[in-house]
Formats: sequence, structure tokens, C-alpha cells
Amino acid sequence: MKKTDVIIIGAGPVGLFAVHQLGIKGLKAVVIDNLDKAGGQCIELYPDKPIYDIPAVPECTGEQLTTRLLEQIKPFKTELFLNERVDEVKQEKDNWIVKTNNKNQFTAPNIIIAGGVGSFEPRKISLKEAEKLEGKSVFYAVKNKDHFQNKKISIFGGGDSALDWALELSKYSKITLIHRRNEFRGAQHTLSELRKLEKEGKVSIKTPCQIVSLDNEKELRSINIKFDDGKTEKIRTDIILGFFGLIMKLGPIAEWGLNMNKKTIEVNSENFETNKKGIFAAGDICSYPGKLKLILSGFHEVALASVECFKRARPNEKYRFEFTTSSKTIHNRLGKK
Amino acid sequence: MPKITYKDHQGTSKTIEVENGLSVMEGAIQKEIPGIDADCGGSMACATCHVYVDDKWFDKIPKAEDAEIDMIDMAFEPKKNSRLSCQIIVNEELDGLEVTTPEKQT
Repeated sequence: MKKTDVIIIGAGPVGLFAVHQLGIKGLKAVVIDNLDKAGGQCIELYPDKPIYDIPAVPECTGEQLTTRLLEQIKPFKTELFLNERVDEVKQEKDNWIVKTNNKNQFTAPNIIIAGGVGSFEPRKISLKEAEKLEGKSVFYAVKNKDHFQNKKISIFGGGDSALDWALELSKYSKITLIHRRNEFRGAQHTLSELRKLEKEGKVSIKTPCQIVSLDNEKELRSINIKFDDGKTEKIRTDIILGFFGLIMKLGPIAEWGLNMNKKTIEVNSENFETNKKGIFAAGDICSYPGKLKLILSGFHEVALASVECFKRARPNEKYRFEFTTSSKTIHNRLGKK
Repeated sequence: MPKITYKDHQGTSKTIEVENGLSVMEGAIQKEIPGIDADCGGSMACATCHVYVDDKWFDKIPKAEDAEIDMIDMAFEPKKNSRLSCQIIVNEELDGLEVTTPEKQT
């Protein structure tokens, strides 16, 4: 079990800036996020879209903002636990214990939930049968390429993941690429390579169509797709790979006994603490009168929450408000001379 | 004020007045119409305000831009008449618009 001062859930901009605000106060933190990289919605939904309302930054993309925040928190050498979802939060006296789906355990007097709209999860095929086959013959990611050799694979989706994996797996498997419309939004050069393979008869591309059912006796045999003009087709399939993008799910957060308002967590706007002492919420996931879902609001929220975190983590020390311009202690923590 | 009708997948419908200039999504959120979640708040970054636009209205609303169509790929059971309701801005010409919310948003 790892001990720290603050467990931050969510590595989006607000979670990352929390590290900074805690760090300059001398508090240690860990950050846990379900995605495979830091940045949250900024990196997953709009890495290339410009943001115009970060104070003193006239324009930057989601990716640039993330890179800069990571740079800003470098001095604190904070450990990020990515690809991990927090499943359980338990109280033990004045401390909280957090367990992840990776079986990691953390303990701290404070938790800051900076979870956006919840964790990103793959969107799934809405057929009941597909649910039963998940992990056996229906997948939403390729973790181990070996499982996808010498198979008949039907790949769904129109983005880069679908195109990239269709191309890669076509080296050792029979691929059918299926998309609901004729246009693919993934990289056009990948698509032209796939079109070439299609001409050579090595890959088959079906559009515009969607899955309607699957034939399954003990194992997956084939799938049935329906074209927009009403025609249907049966495709022999051992494995379905779906790349329908990610959706945001609140997930286990709803079960931690926090006061919720729809999909958000109620906090007071003095220190952004929830109804549980030592659990804070900041950024898009928190709600209070007048709340705005802006990145800049989230920055303010973690700044205030970090003060209360200090009081709980260092009950015997007096909190002193300091400016980064003039405080020697802060300069030391930032590694500046 | 233009009247917008929101139907759910079972056919239950609710008609509300939505101010000109607001999106069909914002109108729904203000009146707490179920079935439109709008997790991202209208920035075209999720697909949880996805609706099916009634056929007789589909061609009367301005066409979706590429980014919206790309996002609709990620919606629950997209169809030919799928739109993101955050991108349909209400005006007098849309008085009487009917949209249907999908069975679920995620």
C-alpha cells in the first residue's frame, strides 16, 4: 500500500494542476487515470482544437496545454498511475484507502476527484449476444496481437484505430472492415493502402452498413450486416473488433456515498470538499451554485482545495499563504535557486 | 417562441418552447427533457445529445459539418437522420421541429 498526502483521481488539466498547487505547499500526491496518457478530455477529445480562454495564453491546443502542465509539475516528481481505474474508496479512521482495478492500493488523508465526466470507456456493440462474447471473440482493443493471428476478423469503425488495426492485422489474418457510412475519418493514406489491399483481394471493405446480429454456437461463427439500401450479408467471423470511440461513464464514483447532483458531485465553494471530510471534487465533475465547466474554474478550485488538504495532511503545522514570486521555500520545492 | 417536440424511443412526446438562438440541446436541458445528457456541454466533444431528426425536418436544418458527422460515429445507434442536438440552433423557421431521442445515450 502506497502512502501519500493526496490521491488525485483524474489526470486531466485540473488533476495535473492540483499536483502543482499541492506541490508548492510541500504535499506529495499520486495521480490515477483510466486513460493510457495524461490530459483527460483535452488529449482524448480535442488534442488539436485550440483553446482560447486559458488566462495569459491567447491560444493553445489541448495537447499543448497538457504538455505545459506536465512541464510545470515536473519538479514534484509525481507518480502517474495510468490505465488504472479507481474502483473502491474506503475510510480508515482519518485516512482514505483507494483500490484500483489493477489491484494497486493507496492511502492518504485526502482525495481530490478531478474526474471530468467520469472515465473513458470504449463504446460497445449494443447486441446482447455481443456482450456475452466480450473478451472471448468480441474485443474493443488489441492488447496482445498473438490472439489475432490466422483468424477471420471483422473490424468496425471509421477512425484511425479501425484503419490502423485493419492494416496491421491484415498481415496475418483475413480482415473485413465495416463502417456505417462511406467516408472514413481516419488518416487518408492508411485508407488508400487498405483500398489497394481491397483491390488485391486481401482485405474486404463493407460500407455503409451496420451489424444486425451474430451467429453463435459455443463460439462466434459469423455476423450479419445490413446495408443502408436494406440488403443483408453474412460474413464468416471468428473475432469482432469494435472501434466506435470512447464514451464517458461516471463509473464507480457514484457508489462512494458522495452527495450527487445528476452526474456531478456537490461541493462547498469554500474549499471544494464534498459531504465526506477529506474528499474533494474539482473541475467539471463538481457542482456548486454558479459553477462553470471551464478549465480555469478547475484551476481555482484545486488551489483552494489544496489548502484544506494541507490542514488535514499536516495537522500540527500552521498553513502559511505564500507567493511563488517571493517564497524561498516554494523556490526550493520548484528546484529554483 | 418556436415550439420543439422531443419524442422518446417509445413514442412519448413533450413539446416545449425554446428561445431563438438556443440549441435544441440547451432547450432540452433547461426543461429537463430526459434522454439528452449533453455531457460535454455543447462543445461537440461527446455524442450524448444525439437525436434523430424527423424526416420532414431533416433537410430544413443546416447541414452538419464534418466534425459533427465524425462525432455521430460515436453515438449510440446512429442513423441517416442522426444529428447532435447541440448543433441545431433554434429559429422561427424551426417552429414545430420534431426530434426523437435514442433508446440510450451511452
